[in-house]
Amino acid sequence: MKLKLKIWRQKNADSKGKMVDYDIDNISPDMSFLEMIDELNEDLLRKGEDPVTFDHDCREGICGMCSMYINGRPHGPGDLVTTCQLHMRSFKDGDTIYIEPWKAKAFPVIKDLTVDRSAFDRIIQAGGYISANTGSAPDANEIPIPKDIADEAFDAATCIGCGACVAACKNASAMLFVSAKVSQMAMLPQGKVEKEERVQNMIAQMDAEGFGACTNTGACSAECPKGIDLKNIARMNREYFGASLSSQKIKA
Amino acid sequence: MSLDSKIPEGPLAEKWNRHKFNIKLVNPANKRKYDVIVVGTGLAGASAAATLAELGYNVKAFCFQDSPRRAHSIAAQGGINAAKNYQNDGDSVYRLFYDTVKGGDYRSREANVYRLAEVSVDIIDQCVAQGVPFAREYGGYLTNRSFGGAQVSRTFYARGQTGQQLLLGAYSQMSRQISTGKIQMFPRTEMLDVVVVDGKARGIVVRNLITGKIESHSAHAVLLCTGGYGNVFYLSTNAMGSNATAAWRAYKKGANFANPCFTQIHPTCIPVTGTHQSKLTLMSESLRNDGRVWVPKKEGDKRPPNEIPDDERDYYLERKYPSFGNLVPRDVASRNAKMVCDDGKGVNESGLAVYLDFRDAIKRDGEDVIRAKYGNLFQMYEKITDENPYKVPMKIYPAVHYTMGGLWVDYNLSTSIPGLYALGEANFSDHGANRLGASALMQGLADGYFVIPYTVGDYLATLPYEKVDIDHPEFKKAEEDVKNKIKTLLSINGKKTVDEIHRELGKIMWDYCGMSRTKEGLEKALKMVQELRKEFWQNVKVIGSNEELNMTLEKANRVADFLELGELMIRDAHDRNESCGGHFREEYQTPEGEALRDDENFSYVSAWKYAGDDKDPVLEKENLKFENVKLTQRSYK
Repeated sequence: MKLKLKIWRQKNADSKGKMVDYDIDNISPDMSFLEMIDELNEDLLRKGEDPVTFDHDCREGICGMCSMYINGRPHGPGDLVTTCQLHMRSFKDGDTIYIEPWKAKAFPVIKDLTVDRSAFDRIIQAGGYISANTGSAPDANEIPIPKDIADEAFDAATCIGCGACVAACKNASAMLFVSAKVSQMAMLPQGKVEKEERVQNMIAQMDAEGFGACTNTGACSAECPKGIDLKNIARMNREYFGASLSSQKIKA
Repeated sequence: MSLDSKIPEGPLAEKWNRHKFNIKLVNPANKRKYDVIVVGTGLAGASAAATLAELGYNVKAFCFQDSPRRAHSIAAQGGINAAKNYQNDGDSVYRLFYDTVKGGDYRSREANVYRLAEVSVDIIDQCVAQGVPFAREYGGYLTNRSFGGAQVSRTFYARGQTGQQLLLGAYSQMSRQISTGKIQMFPRTEMLDVVVVDGKARGIVVRNLITGKIESHSAHAVLLCTGGYGNVFYLSTNAMGSNATAAWRAYKKGANFANPCFTQIHPTCIPVTGTHQSKLTLMSESLRNDGRVWVPKKEGDKRPPNEIPDDERDYYLERKYPSFGNLVPRDVASRNAKMVCDDGKGVNESGLAVYLDFRDAIKRDGEDVIRAKYGNLFQMYEKITDENPYKVPMKIYPAVHYTMGGLWVDYNLSTSIPGLYALGEANFSDHGANRLGASALMQGLADGYFVIPYTVGDYLATLPYEKVDIDHPEFKKAEEDVKNKIKTLLSINGKKTVDEIHRELGKIMWDYCGMSRTKEGLEKALKMVQELRKEFWQNVKVIGSNEELNMTLEKANRVADFLELGELMIRDAHDRNESCGGHFREEYQTPEGEALRDDENFSYVSAWKYAGDDKDPVLEKENLKFENVKLTQRSYK
């Protein structure tokens, strides 16, 4: 396959970026998208040009590190896949492919296609946990958890924190990411003790990071590589309002 | 010289409890006077960092990824073993211990393995308390599945994403401690050297991967939780960034490196499609619970699998190992796949694949049941291969997956440098010559949650509170060494890319130090790797500068270390004149082609000591004593 690539190049956080054209040949349909970028980078390197910097690690769709905005979609044209799971058989010979970084105020570009997603870590630090010191746990079978609840919590817990939801949203909202964690823990009996504080603190941090508001377009869920359901947002809103009305522990 | 493993006195089942009572404690008010560095944030690192911070120590944690949540433990699929015996099927701490020692082909340390089995039950409790959504029965209780090398069901799982759920659990606990300020987190930061002052580890030198700045961090103890070295082989199931640099720097500062030739080739991975391939994808071992492995009986049979009738199929694992069948341990399954492919019965265009077939399981249980168990794995397979495994059998082939070898540690997880510890895959201690499925997650979390919090205290209690200043000459020298190495890499400006050289290294290692090894092959490989290393330092092309995010430079630094470590793996494989577990020397096999151990001469841990760049490393030994398990020829028939 022969392809025309248009890639966002930006030297560092302080400089201005631009789209740059590259031609690439001899691409096999069995290659993954990132292997195609590897080929391009090997070519650039041999020519003495700076390779395209991008985040990637596990290359099997679970670490959440890869993050490319391909032809106007986070993680490209496939459904329920990350960029590293996208294969070149999804494209045709002669195609032009636009490759950009996640675009959101809360995810500033570090270099080329690499962005800073540490805002997500700070949201988890604000409350995305159950306070359980090592050693204090009762026997694991002490609290039976109905299978449907365990399964539902699991579905929410599969979020990989890649940020595609933010990249897909016209408001760059992080509601799907935050709600997945809030839901997982609010549903499980272990997480109920702290559920009111958790939802309020996480949402406060989400707002402080500069993510936008949710207008229920559903783009986040449609583009989520793990198919995190929109109903998590509804559940988070319910938890949030409930907590605002009842909680004695509201922080100013 | 023989190494002291510091195994506590007493009967096996009492060692750990006695040891916990006998070791020194640091009182709660004094814990805040000690700083601990944790390198790596996978299961071992995240659990250690969180737990030490809960106890009151000041923790600095480092990872090269953009977030601690992305460490490669996240990719573990199948599950985590624990001797809970919730299934009432005869499991016990002793049985898990026994299975692990046997599975490791009697090359692990009894006392460590027993402790691992003992704390395994606490891990499950801890993870459930954190909100890890393990699979459950309709009654709400936890469910289990079976893994290779065991005849009980003791594997806890969260669909095919167990590693993800466990890591996110540990990450959440870490995040809680970051918010309290007890953990200071340094993402996108790579450790490039360990600093030893007066014989004790006192800190590390790191590179900020965004700015390139070289910085020193001082502490009272350093924990390396940096994973394995499977990427020496270029192609493996490891993440692209997984590397051995931290462990290798420790080795060059005096820590012994143990059993480097013990590498695990996992039997069920998606076969290679071409030279563009950048990594290999594992299909969880749990699939062997329901999938049946076979090849056509006729050599070169090119018919589509579904057109080959049953009597023309060779279900070779079920035929050769009737009692364990498709659930033989990984080394046995991998070697047999290689053997049938070497006989020309392999499938796929390359002839380097065997079938893993779910036809009978789907007929028995229905597609929905199989989907519920393995849905995400089937989906992953289809995404990569464009084939539907509900309709046609999967094609699989072995691939490098895990390294049992690693930094030598004593019972306290201390390396041979006091104050420097190694946890999880980075150490060598628990899996012998072959790791059983679902035991890596168990070991990482055992080390981090339940072992190191005790043993590091025993060491810290002997230290004064004062830290070594980062202006100390040893810190300055380590910084200079790191800077000089980077300068050299950037100045070579040769013709070959880092990936080209890495790929060549991987091919040498796979051909001569992979699933089967010979004396002659290893001798040839040693020369080839030495030549390649020379070429690397004369002809590698690294461009850009240090003062920026420079992916090529990062990779070059890692491959430089892989080239040296590869050589040590070859030396170790050459030295070990026996076959055991994943180490198969063709000269040493039973008439049936099974690994033939030599317990009289090789019942030891080979712990290599660095002697200088121009000298051969020195082999030191820890003799293994088996007081509880009788050494026998491993049989899964």
